Amino acid sequence: MDKRRISLVLNHRPTELWVDPRASLSEVLRGEASLTSVKHGCNVGECGACTVLINGETFNACIYLAIWADGKEVLTVEGLSDEEGNISDIQQAFIDEGAIQCGFCTPGFIISSLPVLERDEVPSRDEIRRQIAGNFCRCTGYEKIVTAIQKTARARHGG
Amino acid sequence: MYDFSAVYIPESLEQALRMKHDHPQARILAGGSDILIQVREGRLAGIEVISIQALDELRGVTLEDDGTVLIRPLTSFSHVSSDPVIRRCVPVLGEAVDQVGGPQIRNIGTIGGNICNGVTSADSAATLKALDAELEISSVGGTRRLPYAEFNLGAGKVDLKADEILTGIRIPRDSWENTFGHYIKYSQRRAMDIATLGCSANVRLSKNKRKIERFRLAFGVAAPVPIRAFSAEAVANGSLISSELIENIAQAALKDVNPRSSWRASKEFRQHLIAELTRRATRAAIEKAGGTL
Ligand SMILES: Cc1cc2nc3c(=O)[nH]c(=O)nc-3n(C[C@H](O)[C@H](O)[C@H](O)COP(=O)(O)OP(=O)(O)OC[C@H]3O[C@@H](n4cnc5c(N)ncnc54)[C@H](O)[C@@H]3O)c2cc1C
Ligand code: FES
Ligand code: FES
Repeated sequence: MDKRRISLVLNHRPTELWVDPRASLSEVLRGEASLTSVKHGCNVGECGACTVLINGETFNACIYLAIWADGKEVLTVEGLSDEEGNISDIQQAFIDEGAIQCGFCTPGFIISSLPVLERDEVPSRDEIRRQIAGNFCRCTGYEKIVTAIQKTARARHGG
Repeated sequence: MYDFSAVYIPESLEQALRMKHDHPQARILAGGSDILIQVREGRLAGIEVISIQALDELRGVTLEDDGTVLIRPLTSFSHVSSDPVIRRCVPVLGEAVDQVGGPQIRNIGTIGGNICNGVTSADSAATLKALDAELEISSVGGTRRLPYAEFNLGAGKVDLKADEILTGIRIPRDSWENTFGHYIKYSQRRAMDIATLGCSANVRLSKNKRKIERFRLAFGVAAPVPIRAFSAEAVANGSLISSELIENIAQAALKDVNPRSSWRASKEFRQHLIAELTRRATRAAIEKAGGTL
């Protein structure tokens, strides 16, 4: 099928890509864009391993056509590091709290936590659980993930 | 790669209607959270699609001059529930769609897709039925209005002709004004699960709050399509609020339904849920309206 050109801001950088209209955003991000933090788990919107932030909202990139990203701002975990490649507070918190075991689900959870971290109050554990309800982890039992997110929120709000 | 045989990408609603006219076999692709899954599973492999995702003119909620709440079909669940007009006029609808899937699904899933798939478990369906929503359906030939009550023709089948697109969902002023609703989704998990049963009730009370002036009740998964419970409504309309009335409404609701057994739940358990969720949703709606029991 003829490829179409899309223009997007990908991890803060204006980017142009030629994409097949049948391609999912996750295929294009992992392929042409080499952003392999975006995982292919279920490929049908159930597990959240492919979660990316688009214009500030979380989406499963496996059920999002790449052509839909035209004109959008897309963020993956690669876009969270600073210019020297230092990882962000939320990534460090996942490491510190032992919220990572095999790590397959981690990028998705980190992206899903971003909207609650943007709020100007520390979310309750239940609010965090609701925000990550579309992400599955088969290793950690979730508790440490919730703790890592809440700890980051606390640190950001100076408490 | 999704197995599509053609992808049409209109840049305006007008163009989309033209494409639907020229390619009646092509499916409308809105948020894709039903279609893309079925293409992956192979059930819809090889289809042609018309992607309307980029048509912002089909997004958003407005309050019309005559007080009608107009919801454009591409509005995502999360935008329905956070919308100020929805919160003010029909909060029950926002609460209902806030129970869909998880955050990612609520960000991509559209309210139009939710009712056009014709599925009985669709979380917006019972509430839109209970609010007497009216649909705006367009084709190159023009636009027609259809009560949502008449839209579902059978499981997975809706009254959309091959060249038509849903372009609006309307909730008239009389339907939401002084009206308070409550939706309960019963599912095995609190997130990422579809309803075993959905129940939406709304009431308008008399001035002294002791009598029910108007009662509307609808269910998802209580029949092959989302349905209204008219005998239960007839019991409630004009009646004084009492515990006995709640019980009579719940018993009457059982006459309106036709639940089935599925792997999720037996027919008997669904009947139990129908009576119990009717009691709870009715009580909650009365309480929201300022009535007491
Ligand atoms: C993981 C997961 C969890 C889910 N959980 C829930 C849940 O809890 N509750 C629930 O109700 N649903 C749930 N769903 C189903 C789905 O998200 C919803 O039904 C959603 O509303 C579908 O809308 P869409 O725009 O994404 O779908 P699409 O696949 O784009 O469209 C759905 C159908 O409607 C048609 N259509 C869409 N828009 C129009 C239009 N404007 N005019 C004419 N036809 C149109 C399409 O042709 C298609 O047949 C879930 C789905 C997934 C993948
Ligand atoms: S891989 Fe996208 S949700 Fe599972
Ligand atoms: S750490 Fe292994 S799936 Fe979450």
